Formats: sequence, C-alpha cells, structure tokens
Amino acid sequence: MNNNFRLDWVSLFIYIALVCFGITNIYSSTFDAEQPELFNLSRSIGKQLVFFIVSIGAVLFILVAPPKIFERFASIIYLVVILLLIGLYPFGSTISGARSWYAFGGVSLQPAEFAKVAVALATAKLINEIQIDLRRFNSLLQVVLIIALPMGLILLQPDAGSALVFGAFLFVLFREGLPTPYILLVAGLIFFFILTLVAPLPFVYVSIIFAVLSLYFFSRKVNKKAAFFPYIVSILLTSGYVYSVDYIFNEIFEQRHRDRFNIVLGKEVDTQGIGYNLNQSKIAIGSGGWEGKGFLQGTQTKGGFVPEQHTDYIFSTIGEEWGFIGAAAVVILFSVLILRILSRAEAQKNGFARTYAYSVASILFIHFFVNIGMSIGVVPTIGIPLPFISYGGSSLLAFSVLVAIYLNLDGNRLNESSF
Amino acid sequence: MIRIYLLRGITIIMASIFLYKLLDLQVINTSYQTLSENNAVLEIAEYPERGFIYDRNGKLLVANQPAYDVMIIPENVSPFDTMAFCDLTGVSKKRLIYNLKKARRYSKRLPSVVVNQISKETYAKLQEQMWKFKGFFIQKKSLREYRIDHSANVLGYVSEVNNNDLKRDEYYRLGEIIGRQGVEKSYEKQLRGVKGKRFLQKDRFNRIIGPYKEGSYDVAPIPAKNIQLTLDAELQAYGEELMRNKRGGIVAIEPATGEVLALVNAPSYDPSILVGRKRTRNYRKLANDTLAKPLFDRGLLAQYPPGSPFKTLNALIALQEGVITPKTKYRCNRGHYYARGAFMECHCKRGTRNDLSRAIYQSCNTYFSNTYKGIIEKYPTPEEGVDQWKEHLKSFGLGNYLGYDLSIGRPGHVPGASYYNRAYKEGQWKAPTIISNAIGQGELLTTPIQLANFTAAIANRGYYYTPHFVKQIEGDTLQKQFTKKLTSIAPEHFEVVIDGMQKVVERGTAKIARIKGIEVCGKTGTAENFTRIDGKRMQLTDHSIFVAFAPKENPQIALAVFIENGYWGARWAAPIASLMIENYLTGEVKRRWLEKRMLEGSLEEEYLKPVSGKPFKINE
Repeated sequence: MNNNFRLDWVSLFIYIALVCFGITNIYSSTFDAEQPELFNLSRSIGKQLVFFIVSIGAVLFILVAPPKIFERFASIIYLVVILLLIGLYPFGSTISGARSWYAFGGVSLQPAEFAKVAVALATAKLINEIQIDLRRFNSLLQVVLIIALPMGLILLQPDAGSALVFGAFLFVLFREGLPTPYILLVAGLIFFFILTLVAPLPFVYVSIIFAVLSLYFFSRKVNKKAAFFPYIVSILLTSGYVYSVDYIFNEIFEQRHRDRFNIVLGKEVDTQGIGYNLNQSKIAIGSGGWEGKGFLQGTQTKGGFVPEQHTDYIFSTIGEEWGFIGAAAVVILFSVLILRILSRAEAQKNGFARTYAYSVASILFIHFFVNIGMSIGVVPTIGIPLPFISYGGSSLLAFSVLVAIYLNLDGNRLNESSF
Repeated sequence: MIRIYLLRGITIIMASIFLYKLLDLQVINTSYQTLSENNAVLEIAEYPERGFIYDRNGKLLVANQPAYDVMIIPENVSPFDTMAFCDLTGVSKKRLIYNLKKARRYSKRLPSVVVNQISKETYAKLQEQMWKFKGFFIQKKSLREYRIDHSANVLGYVSEVNNNDLKRDEYYRLGEIIGRQGVEKSYEKQLRGVKGKRFLQKDRFNRIIGPYKEGSYDVAPIPAKNIQLTLDAELQAYGEELMRNKRGGIVAIEPATGEVLALVNAPSYDPSILVGRKRTRNYRKLANDTLAKPLFDRGLLAQYPPGSPFKTLNALIALQEGVITPKTKYRCNRGHYYARGAFMECHCKRGTRNDLSRAIYQSCNTYFSNTYKGIIEKYPTPEEGVDQWKEHLKSFGLGNYLGYDLSIGRPGHVPGASYYNRAYKEGQWKAPTIISNAIGQGELLTTPIQLANFTAAIANRGYYYTPHFVKQIEGDTLQKQFTKKLTSIAPEHFEVVIDGMQKVVERGTAKIARIKGIEVCGKTGTAENFTRIDGKRMQLTDHSIFVAFAPKENPQIALAVFIENGYWGARWAAPIASLMIENYLTGEVKRRWLEKRMLEGSLEEEYLKPVSGKPFKINE
C-alpha cells in the first residue's frame, strides 16, 4: 500500500453495515430454536459466517495489493472464469435444475457470481485500450462479445436471472460513449416488449407506426433530405419483433414464465399458485409496520411462509422484523453506495478505474433494483440475490471482491505511478 | 451530461419508488397486518368447563362428560380401509363418503368433523387403530351429563349456537355451546364462564410450532360457576312419577323464601335424550308431539280461569274492603238470582245460610257472588270498583309476569274497567254482568305458578317472595330481585280464610287430601275448557285444580296442582297435592293405596276423546 492511499470510508462503512445486517437476517430467517448457536457448519448461518470471514480476508488482501495488478491480470482472470463456466458442463453439479455449481464437500461455488467481477475487469480494460472506440462497429462488437460470452454460458445453465445481470453493462457502455441510436434501439425494444404483453396487438402496431412516423417528421425538421425508406424498414422490423415477442410469449414460453410477468403486470391475481411467493413476501413486509416486529419475532419468517427467504427473499425478513425503518435504511444505504461509487468513478483520472467503478455501480444497481423490486412486487420474479445480504457464499465473496477492487483502485487514484 | 447522470437519476428515481412502495405496504395499508395474523397466528379459544347444577340439598343433577369427535384434515388423508373404519365407528359408508367430501369442500387444511360424538368404548377401540387412518384424529369435547332423569323443563338444555345467537351476541363463535331454556338459558353467563384465548404460531404447512410471542397475548379463561337450584330433586322426581299418564303441572313453593321446590310438567322426558348423537332426532320427536306437547311447560305457560281457588282471594279483598266480616252470612237456595231472570247454580242445600268459613269449604257460589257484588258496588261506579279489585289482585302477582328466573312465562289476565268498557260499551255493564269473576271463571286467566304463588302469599298471611329456581351461585350473592312483596291485604284478614281452607280438607270438598298429623289447607277447583273440533267449539272435561299449603302454622310448602281434563279438583289434583305434601314434609308416604291409585291412574283415554273423531261425553 502506498502512502497516498485514500480509502473511501463511506463505501467501506456501507459495505460492512450491509454485510452485518445480512448475517443478522440470515440468522433470523433460518432460526431454529433447537439449534440456536452461530457456528454450526451444518447450518446456513455457520456456512455464511465462514464465507464472511473468508470475504473479510479477501477484502484486506485486495486493499493492500498493488493497484496495477488488476488491469494486468484482467484477461487472465476473465479466461479462468470462462473456463470455469465451461467446466461446469462436465464437472458441475445440478442444484434445483441449474448446472451452476462446483461442489467441494459441503461447500459449493457458483462461478457465475465471479463472472461479474471478471467481466467488469475485462470490460474496463478493453474499453480503455487505445484502439477501441465504441462508435466504431468493430470495437463495439469486441466489447459486446466479451460481455455476451459468459452471459450466454450462464444462460445455458440455465440461470436466466444471473445472465440478466450482465444487462448492467449497457449502462457502462452508454457512459463510455455507445451511440444514442443503439440505446434508443434497446430502450425501444424493451418498451415494445412490455407493451406487447399488456396491450392488444393491433394497438401495438398502431403505436409503432405512430412512433416511427413522429421520429421521421422530427428528423425532417433537422434534415430536410431525410430518406423515408429506412423508417419504413424500421416499422416492418419492429412489427416483426413485436409479433415474435407475442409469439414467443404465448407459444414458446412456459406457463410459469408467463405467470411471472402477468402477476407483476397485474393481469392475474393468484395468491396460492405462482403468485404465492410474491403475496407472502408482501404480507411479510407489509405486516412489519413502522418499526417491525423485532429481531427473531417475525411471524411470517418463523412460519416459513415466504419461500427462499434467506436467499432471494431476504428483504421480506428485513421488512417484517425491522419494519419501514429497517427496509428504508437498506434502500437508502444501497442508493448512497451506488451514487457514491458513481461519483467517485467520475473523479478517477485513470480510465480503467473509472470504467471498473462504473461497472461495480451498475451491477449493484441491477441487483438492488431487481431483488428489492421483486420482493415488493414492482419487478417480475427473477431469482438474483441482494448483494451482501442474501445467503450464499459465492455471492458474498464475489461482491466483497468486486467492492474491494473498487476500494483499492479508488484509494490509489493519486498514485498515478503505481499503475 | 446525460451519459454521466443517467444511472444516478435512475437510481434516485427507483429508490424513491421503492421507499414510496414500502411506505404504502408497511405503514399506509394496514391490511397486511391482518393477513399476516391470519397467516401465521392461530387463535384458539379455551373453554372453561360448564358449571355443575345441584339441587337444594346439594345433590348433583348435571355434570359434564367427555365426548369424542373424529376429525380429519383432508390434505393429510391418505387412502384407508373404509370398511374397517365404518365397522369401528358405526357410521355408514355413504355417510362417511358424504362427510369426507363436505370436509374437503370446507377446507383442505382445516380440521372438520367426520364422525361426531363417538362413545367412550368406540373411542378406546378407535384409539388403538388410529395409526391406520392418516389425517384422522380424535378431538375431545365436553357434553352435559345428567345424573337424573327428571326436571328437564327446569334444567333446559344446551346446543350449538345458531345464526341468530351469533348476530345477537358477539361473544359466541360458530360451533360453540349456548344454554337453551330453563336455568341453562337464564344462568348461561354464570354456567359458561368466559372463554380464554390462546395464540399459537403456525408455519406455512399450518402446523403449530409453538406459542405466539411466548403466550404474552393469551387470555386465561374465567372459570364457570356451579349453581344450586331451589328444586328438591326427590320431590320433583316424585311429582313427575305421580303425573305419569296425565297431562298438567305441579308448582311447589317454599312460602317463606319463594324458592320453587318443584316444577313438574307432564308429560316429561329424560333430559339425557337431548345430548349426543340422537339429540336432533329426539328433539324433533318432542317438538312434533303436538297433542301431548312435552315441551310446553304447563306450570309456567298454561293459562286457564283459576276456578274456585280464586274464591279465597275474593274473600280476602272483601274483608279488606270492609264489605263483609267473618260473620257475614248469605242465604243460598241451591243458587240464587244475581239479576232478574239470571240464576247461578250452587250445590248448597236449599235454605243454607253460610258464614265465610263455611262458604269457603262448601265452595258456595251464592256467597261469593254476593261478596263480589259488594266489592264492586262499594264504589260509585262499577269501573272504580273493578279497578280497585284488580289492584288487590295485582298485589298477589296476578295479571302480570311474576319475574322469576326462567325465561318463559305468561302474564295471565285480570280484567279491569277498560277491558269491560271495550267489551260492553261504557255504562252498559254492572256487577251482575261480570259476576263470573266472583267464582274464578269468566275472563280471568292464571298460570299454575301464579296459583301456587298466591297460595304461598295466603300461607304467609300477606306477603310472598318472587318465586325463583336458583338458590345459590357459587361465590356469588343471589340477585336482589327476589324480594319480599307485600299484598294489599292486612294480615289479620287471613286467619278466617285459612281456617276455611283447612276445613276444605277436614270436612269440605277435599277430604281425600287429609294427612294424619299435618294440618293441610287447600281449595279445590275446576276450570272449564274448550277446543275446536271441525270448526265447532266443543267443551272438554274440566281441568282438575287444587291449591294447598301445609302445615297451617309455619307453612313449609305451598303448591298448585293442575291436571288437564281431570274433572273436579278432588279427583286428581287434591290427592296428588296431598301426596306431594306428605312426601316433602315427612319424607315418606304412608297412604300406599292412594299413592298406588295416583301412580296407576291414567287419563290417556280422556285425552283421546277429542282426537278420536267420535262423539264423546265429558265430565263423566
């Protein structure tokens, strides 16, 4: 460590606070009056504590490491992770339908969690290569490929939730100069995707024509000679896209996939079947009131009404036992952490450090947005953990490493020479 | 610019949306709290054991017995040997399948009853085999256990609450027990106690995983109270035996306290038949018996003209009003003309001159007609006269509810001036018009308990205590409502009337009621009664009535006996009353022949007359 190391105490503090709060709530949501002890390796809380200690060790180790090694080893780390993801097919073990884990005795590791770190490092490194310019198609293709490769491997496991997280890099690319039309295209595709699900097809077609025509007349104002032909093509392409979304949704998707969307879109109310998870999660959170029912006092948590409560639905334990105060504190801590990292990112002199920090913030945002959003019924049910808090050793370790590297890079921003 | 601030903006917007949504879920919208409680907290009511009922001598009449219901939780049931189950529980296969379906429709997770109230023996057998029937369990509950086979009308019964009860009193929940009729109803609050609450924590499989919040919200039940009746169980049982094959009622009161010693209704039934699996069937049987009406408590509900016993009251009123003295005599010539061309018969010999005492024990109609006329005509107008007379009767508890502690009753009827002004126009009626009142006929109506009560007031020489059925409530002072009520007659007027009543038994119309060594005072009576057969008003055999108290000095028991269609008072009512008195005062009955006659005597033939469809004679 260098003399000029300036630690981002705010982020470190938030990180520690969230991890400790996570341990508390995992203890509560897996509490068994007959086995109340903390250090019991046959129980979730014991395993999580082991990973907690490992994570603290990793964080300390990373903080003292020379900052330049991250950029230097980014490619190797990326390669290792890709190999690990591929290696899952022959060697991985299947848990609840997805071949996502390496199991060693009682411990299992999920490479997908570490892939986020690897892709963040690789993207940061690649984007800041001198010859890369996102406005050029070639460069863009390279960047998209290194993001899409692990994403595709994870999608095949199949673990759609973890794959979706890589969508976070859209924010990174946008920040790093991805041309607006691409963003508009993605935004448009997402918009029409949702519209197709909620509105009747003819209405969607009419809105496509309307949207594209207004775009055309807007561009005519800027450029009198704008050709009409490309707009005709885009109307046709978008219509085709909408049609295929509709087709995929209704013909290829399985009912459970459709249900997840329909419930969030309010098209179906089914509190016992697929909507059960969300309904129970809302009941647990809603019953917390202002101050919550208190540590270990959550009736919904004790009764085990919310499925996957110590992992994906950990937020419902927080909501029930710590009330609005606890839940709001978590939301605020995450927002502050994300905003803090984003503003620190802008302050970096080093491009690698900036892009990396931006990636960290984007990944945290997607997890924060999807996980809490699904717990309170704002986002469809997508099973990804709440960073630092959800049960899961790989997740805790990976997020710790992710943040620790940011802390290292940010702390060394004044030590130009050390890069 | 936008590239730098886009994600920050989105973060802030999403965080705001989340905070708003959380505020809505957790603070603004409180419905989730209730949902959470329904979800995870099971509220179980804890019922205190229903109070016991004792008789006045401390004999246990009503206790509780355990009963067992076979319950199921449909989602836990796996295929089982239905034949074996039906054999064990004695339920038919059809019934079993029907109940299983019903339970499944009600709820898959909540328990339902499949077979209710199996016997202890069945329970023992079934318990050993329970492992064969997954999803079944046995739930214990408490039923009434009757240690006696009489007093059903006083005790009442219990049954599950119905929708009306639920609406009327929010204490009750579906499936709970409430007292119906009798003391079970009147003293429901004391007998049931107050249920407590226990809160249990459930898990998502609806399994109970322990007390909720260490039981800190639990409410302990308040135990029920045992009650002691004023009834003498032996006397009551004896009364019901004497009334076998007859219809009618007996009301016996302890004059000094107003405590009801016996309230017999005939025909009666064993209270145990309204407990257990056959309850509904038995109840329907009782309710559908529209001829014998076993559920119609005659002692409290039957309203008839009081007949001759009423003469004692007219005598007292006349004495109080100064219309006669004990020495006043009237001449009777087998009756008399009470108005021009209107003759009232009497069984006195021609040329009899009766004084008051003799008039009572000879039951002289002429004497009391004159007396009554005297009362009415003492005042300037008959209106004032009849109202004054009515006031006196009111002080004996006639013409209104007595205020005893059972929930059923009838006020009877004492006509006053306003009644007669409506019946005949104003100024169109005089004492002779309403002369039937003199001999207890006419528009007067009384119930047997009113008869017994005014007899008690005479026995007390001028006061009575509101009759009541409960002597003591465990750890509670009895309500003050059963207080001493003074009649409007001065005590000194009673002796001559009581003397007359004693002579009724000694040498008058009720010599059969004489008991060696006990001075019994009484008065016989008959009440005319009518029915409608094929739309025609037909007279039936008179009801047999007897009121009595004994002993003459320091009376211990006053009673009214009323036998439907028993003809004159001395034929049925007087002997039964006398046997009751002997039994109560001496503890044994020496007049075996009389007892045998009463026990074996039946009026069933008499009761068949009006329903036989054949012509019949009355008063044979």
